[in-house]
Amino acid sequence: MGSIRFDKVDKVFGPASGGVKALDDINLEIGDKEFVAIVGPSGCGKTTCLRMVAGFEPPSAGIVSVNGKAVTEPGPDRAVVFQQFALFPWKSVRENIELGLRNKNLPKAERDGLVAGALRLMNLESHADAFPHQLSGGMQQRVAIARAYVLDPEVLLMDEPFGALDAQTRVVMQEELVRLARVNPRTVLFITHAVEEAVYLADRVAVMTRRPGRIKEVLDIRSVRQAESWDRHERIEDVMDLESFVHLRTQIWKSLREEKGAHGV
Amino acid sequence: MQPIPLRMSEKWAWGALGLFGFIGLWAALSAFGIVPRQFLPSPIDVLARFVHLLTNPFAGATLPQHLASSFQRYAYGVLLAAFIGVPLGLLMGWFRWLDDVVTPLFDGLRFIAPIAWVPFAALWFGVGIGGPILIIFAGAFPPCLINAYRGARFVEPRLIEAARMLGTGHLRMILEILLPAATPSIVSGLRVSAGLGWQSLVGAELIVAAAGVGFMMVQAQANVATPTVMAGMAAIGLVGMAIDVMLRQGEAWLRRRRGLQV
Repeated sequence: MGSIRFDKVDKVFGPASGGVKALDDINLEIGDKEFVAIVGPSGCGKTTCLRMVAGFEPPSAGIVSVNGKAVTEPGPDRAVVFQQFALFPWKSVRENIELGLRNKNLPKAERDGLVAGALRLMNLESHADAFPHQLSGGMQQRVAIARAYVLDPEVLLMDEPFGALDAQTRVVMQEELVRLARVNPRTVLFITHAVEEAVYLADRVAVMTRRPGRIKEVLDIRSVRQAESWDRHERIEDVMDLESFVHLRTQIWKSLREEKGAHGV
Repeated sequence: MQPIPLRMSEKWAWGALGLFGFIGLWAALSAFGIVPRQFLPSPIDVLARFVHLLTNPFAGATLPQHLASSFQRYAYGVLLAAFIGVPLGLLMGWFRWLDDVVTPLFDGLRFIAPIAWVPFAALWFGVGIGGPILIIFAGAFPPCLINAYRGARFVEPRLIEAARMLGTGHLRMILEILLPAATPSIVSGLRVSAGLGWQSLVGAELIVAAAGVGFMMVQAQANVATPTVMAGMAAIGLVGMAIDVMLRQGEAWLRRRRGLQV
């Protein structure tokens, strides 16, 4: 089980009065095994939403809960994939993936089995003993995803995970993530400013306003994906060519552009 | 405009010029009697004395023997400073309350020059090994603590968040995240500690010791044996340089190993 709920959540940075209001009355429910993407202009507070679910930051008002329990601190039930990978440079790929399992005090044999599985899942087997700085950005992000998946988390939190990758690598990783989600579905909260990425990956897309961030609208992608059977296409560019995809993408673009226009950007 | 970097050979040439210029000036001052020989022995005298002291005892031991007993105290003092300072610094970098407890006290103590501990070193330990160790410790401890603390405190926040998200407990956080992340800073601190410790040592031995280079120099001064005093100074300088060069090599090796070539 892994459901996420934002209930009347505000976030103010700085002093309680006179601080900067980053998030204003966020309400969102993400069901078990649902993939929800939040898109919004930079600085709208979308990453802050994710950080509150992760337990890195408390809300200023309202409640962020996972499985009905208010989040108070970080934990391995909510695995995070960071934009800048955040791998431990002094640990090998294997040791990076293994750390969370050691923290769970699993016996060595069981850890080895799980790490091997995660390495296989992300096609990292030949790099198990490499150090992060010896790997490309795409490879490093595979390690970070393996490190998150191996914990078998209820919720996967991805903060612009492909934002630091080049365009080609990004496409490969997006397809990879779709493959993963099919093999091993998870509740995913995915933050991005790339509209195509959100439409391609998510069941629902939440569009946020400029600061103070509010949820402007939530679009249902899954019903369109199923009705138009996007999944019969293997490649991302084929999906992106579909009229139904283009329509949704344009709708979100317009919604975001109104935001920018309203503030003269 | 960017200055053109010197080639290695040119760098050595300039360095040699500085060194020989200095020795030349020194030789001239004593050779022409500008400064009486008794007050400023010539470089040749010092070198001869240095070589002589390598095999002939003065104040109860040869120069290498004095150096060995100095180095032993030094090693104890610096290691003690590292074994207390580094863990304490890491703990202060992780537990905020410990930081709050220790920092005000430490900020006061660290401005007391190591040599200021001499009266108590003499009172508590006489001429035993404890006195010099206390003084070396006073010199070497602050950089160990400060650098471990800063290293731990300024670890990339994302790495701490990643470790917390993975369920890492306090002990493992300190040993497997803070310690390796702070290692470059700790190693720089150890280098500074090693230098300050070596400086403090000789100061300590001038007063509270019955052997060692500092002791040898005080005995020599009492006999107005100025070349011996200078030979001792040269030995201190050379050993200090050797320690620094070794630690620099260690630091560079560590950086290379981590792929952090600078």
